[in-house]
Amino acid sequence: MATPLSLESVSQRGTAATGTRQTQGLARLLLAPAVGLLFIWMIVPLALTIYFSTLHYNLLDSESQQFVGLDNFRYFLTDPAFIASLQNTLVLVGSVLALTILLGIPLALLLDQPVLGRSIVRLMVIAPFFVMPTVSALVWKNLLMHPVSGLFAWIAKLFGATPIDWFNDAPLFAVILIVSWQWLPFATLILLTALQSLDEEQKEAAEMDGAGALSTFIYITVPHLARPITVVILIETIFLLTVFAEIFVTTGGGPGLQTTNIAFLIYSQALIQYDIGSASAGGLVAVVIANIVAFFLVRIVGRNLEA
Amino acid sequence: MGQIALQGVQKSFGPVHIIKGADLDITDGSFVVFVGPSGCGKTTLLRLIAGLEDVTGGAILIDGRNVVDVPPAKRGLSMVFQSYALYPHMSVRGNIAFGLKMAGLPKAEINRKVEAAAATLNLTPYLERKPRELSGGQRQRVAIGRAIVREPKAFLFDEPLSNLDAALRVQMRLEVTRLQKQLATTAIYVTHDQVEAMTMADKIVVLNAGKIEQYGSPLDLYERPNNLFVAGFIGSPKMNFISGEAARQQGAPTIGVRPEHLKVERAGQGGWPGTVSVAEHLGSDTFLYVDAGQLGMLTARYIGELSLSPGDKVSLSPEPARIHRFDESGNAIHA
Repeated sequence: MATPLSLESVSQRGTAATGTRQTQGLARLLLAPAVGLLFIWMIVPLALTIYFSTLHYNLLDSESQQFVGLDNFRYFLTDPAFIASLQNTLVLVGSVLALTILLGIPLALLLDQPVLGRSIVRLMVIAPFFVMPTVSALVWKNLLMHPVSGLFAWIAKLFGATPIDWFNDAPLFAVILIVSWQWLPFATLILLTALQSLDEEQKEAAEMDGAGALSTFIYITVPHLARPITVVILIETIFLLTVFAEIFVTTGGGPGLQTTNIAFLIYSQALIQYDIGSASAGGLVAVVIANIVAFFLVRIVGRNLEA
Repeated sequence: MGQIALQGVQKSFGPVHIIKGADLDITDGSFVVFVGPSGCGKTTLLRLIAGLEDVTGGAILIDGRNVVDVPPAKRGLSMVFQSYALYPHMSVRGNIAFGLKMAGLPKAEINRKVEAAAATLNLTPYLERKPRELSGGQRQRVAIGRAIVREPKAFLFDEPLSNLDAALRVQMRLEVTRLQKQLATTAIYVTHDQVEAMTMADKIVVLNAGKIEQYGSPLDLYERPNNLFVAGFIGSPKMNFISGEAARQQGAPTIGVRPEHLKVERAGQGGWPGTVSVAEHLGSDTFLYVDAGQLGMLTARYIGELSLSPGDKVSLSPEPARIHRFDESGNAIHA
């Protein structure tokens, strides 16, 4: 998914640095090896994936590879697991986006205030972003959400409540919490820098115009944040569509299919069921889905990016 | 009504005293300009009146009521900012209407007032545009429209013309003055440009290092400056200051003569002898920078064209009635 994008940007940069016709030709020639390498890097896996997706190719029975046309796609798309995982993917992406933005805005507003030890507070808020997904998922699973020895269970018992068995009772919600925790710093950071670029005189003008704190927030701050929120949505979506480590470490896609998203489904087709053909078909379906999501996202929020 | 009085207003940021006790009476409907070098506290003083900064001491009276504890919006003043501070995501209409919307006026009345303000400022064709689609002068007008639509007791202008090019500045200067006279609303205008101050003001406040040096009409300041600072700040080119023997002959430690009050004659006519070092020919005027030996560099202004070139010997004589005399501490000695 990412490779065609980078290829495009390379060629754009090539034409952007236009000089005379002579240097332009030379520039193309000199860029050619890099562009060619990137192109091969992209096209070989894509071609192989397309090729595999038309084969009956199971690692348990690797001798008999035969052409089956579009059967792999038919099986993948009609598999009940596909609909379930598509739904899980969309719920996961949507919930994490909503949580990170709705919590990120107040957090950014707080961090924008002059408080004692502001730089340390900021560093700590950013910290989760630098913890690798597998590690943070393990920390949440074993130290926080564990129904017997976790911190949440301890707090619940403190108040006499029954501890929640997160990964059995609300598995998808638990995964959403973990992923949101990881992406909240990113949203906060982008929104904070945007807040800091808000013109001080504009706020004063609003103050002179009689706008209170709430009106200033609604009429001045939120419109100013429209663009950074768009950036957060676009960037987070790219990464959230492919969440894998958190699911692999905590629930393994279960119970049942409750936390299986598209990425995890493809993984399980390939490396649990050893069905390379079906996994390849799934991979191509995922590319199409990502592009559909991107298409709608750009139509809905992309116009905020136009200057 | 828009009568504003400052009584011993002080402002410090930590240990730094920005305003060291300002007393001022601004009558209703007058156009008052705060002028001074950068860092003199003129913008701070304006922000104190606006309520964007809190005073450290003293009182600010608007129509006789002390407003130091009143929030900015409730003081009945409106402000035009140096950067215009337009709301970028709102149309011109939205920008002008915002204050009225916050005040909770009915929609029909807001529209009527916005359209009236837009008509006054020739903004009617641009009402639905966004600020970024406007030129500098149009943005400036929107900022002024936002101020006048609220029918304030007084306008506060914070160097509003400093982002415009020279030709537009002269034009807007005229428009602002005309508008203020038309509305007959008190205006306080901050600038570092003494030409703006002289041309626009009914009364000028000259500020230096947090103190009001002099408060008076432009010609008052020009003809009777209180001290060396005001004498040097008002008028362009700057007043010539002469001390030593030549000054003592006039009965003061320091005397000042404006360039336009120095008569330029051919050498040997009496007066102060000197050599032209630079001659600026503007057609309407000729500025001469004359090296007058012990007296230092003197600037002379001749109305009309005077064909002198560097190296020419001249003799300069001050108009006796136009000599300003200052004592040792720099204060004017009034005859």
